[in-house]
Amino acid sequence: MSMIAVVDYGMGNLRSVDKALEHVAQSGQHVHITSKAEDIVSADRVVFPGQGAARDCMRELTERHLIEPVLQAAREKPFLGICMGLQVLMSRSEENDGVDCMGLYQGEVRFFGKELNKDQSIEPLKIPHMGWNNVTQTISHPLWHGIKQGSRFYFVHSYYVDPVNEAIVAGETSYDIVFTSAVACDNVFAVQFHPEKSAVDGLQLLKNFTLWDGQ
Amino acid sequence: MSLAKRIIPCLDVDNGRVVKGVKFVDIRDAGDPVEVARRYDKEGADEITFLDITASSDDRDTIVHVVEHVAEEVFIPLTVGGGIRKLEDVRTMLNAGADKVAINTAAVFNPDFVKEASDRVGSQCIVVAIDAKQISADGEPLRWEIFTHGGRKPTGLDAVEWARKMVEYGAGEILLTSMDRDGTRMGFDIALTHTIAEAVSVPVIASGGVGNLEHLAEGVLQGMADAVLAASIFHFAEFSVHDAKAYMAGRGIEVRL
Repeated sequence: MSMIAVVDYGMGNLRSVDKALEHVAQSGQHVHITSKAEDIVSADRVVFPGQGAARDCMRELTERHLIEPVLQAAREKPFLGICMGLQVLMSRSEENDGVDCMGLYQGEVRFFGKELNKDQSIEPLKIPHMGWNNVTQTISHPLWHGIKQGSRFYFVHSYYVDPVNEAIVAGETSYDIVFTSAVACDNVFAVQFHPEKSAVDGLQLLKNFTLWDGQ
Repeated sequence: MSLAKRIIPCLDVDNGRVVKGVKFVDIRDAGDPVEVARRYDKEGADEITFLDITASSDDRDTIVHVVEHVAEEVFIPLTVGGGIRKLEDVRTMLNAGADKVAINTAAVFNPDFVKEASDRVGSQCIVVAIDAKQISADGEPLRWEIFTHGGRKPTGLDAVEWARKMVEYGAGEILLTSMDRDGTRMGFDIALTHTIAEAVSVPVIASGGVGNLEHLAEGVLQGMADAVLAASIFHFAEFSVHDAKAYMAGRGIEVRL
């Protein structure tokens, strides 16, 4: 029996992530929602979702003593970050007047509003960036397997990651500006969109994750 | 390559069955919600909205089971509205597998509930549903008022001011229904849609009055809506969601095909 741990820190709708993973899991794979450090450490694969505000996510992770186990998992086993689970891997977020994040990758999490709507002559873009947008795959990766270049995924967010090291960018999306919508580095893959809500292509990405050895 | 305009089929659910009334009367049975949701997903719906119109609160559990079943096999965003009055209702729906809840009447009676809910679960989960009716007479500057109870009870609230206030309180999206048009198949109230879409910074879903595919396109092109919601044109298989998307694409609208 191999275990896919879905990290529960009270932020976001784990039920959707859990159901989608169950739907694509291989036989012998067990999906387990957990907030226990030992489960995260002993799991074969870790999914790190998240929704809501950066400050609340970091507070919950800290109070539940999950920062170290999550970082450890991100260093050694197949690891999938989703939405806020991508953002808190960065050094710092602009949200809530500035929040220190987990710092696995150098870079800021920035608010869309500063860049959007500078051009007064066109209809202003809405925030949050909500709905189905194209993802340009900037590298080939096992998690993009079977997914067409430029496929649409479901997004809902007001902040985006801006990694210092461009080599970790795995996907980009345009919403007035071009921003990083997927990151890949060693055994970590993390996405701004919601694969669990992105119909066939989202399920394919999750299925790819269940098969990925982290190489 | 940009964000697609969304097409959202809406299922009015009464005691576990999909129904659609004309101006909230003459309710016709349109099937099992799980089956209908499955069909919309296959046809390429971008999201699905369930509005629970069950009168008795004792029967509310039915919608929870519907959402649970749908969420097990449909992997696109699901919104549930109707009878969301307290934080516990929000949690119950999200735990059942909904991604967003639509708050309507409870927002009018207790605006702080929107604040509380968005603080707890995040604005991305909170849709505020607004039912508006034109109150200005012909020749007067256009004005709309918020109504509750299926368009029967006026509240004295101005629709534009109310929409702005709800966004300030944490609404991540506005579901805007014209009570003048709902069920009439005459098309969206374009002036209302455009006015609200321009007034708020969050996405606006146009609703109420769709009778053909051109109406959907109008909602986006003239109403400036970010998403369009329709019920009856999809329920009775007059048009599939795919037909609607193909039509909109032909009108130059970016859609997910």
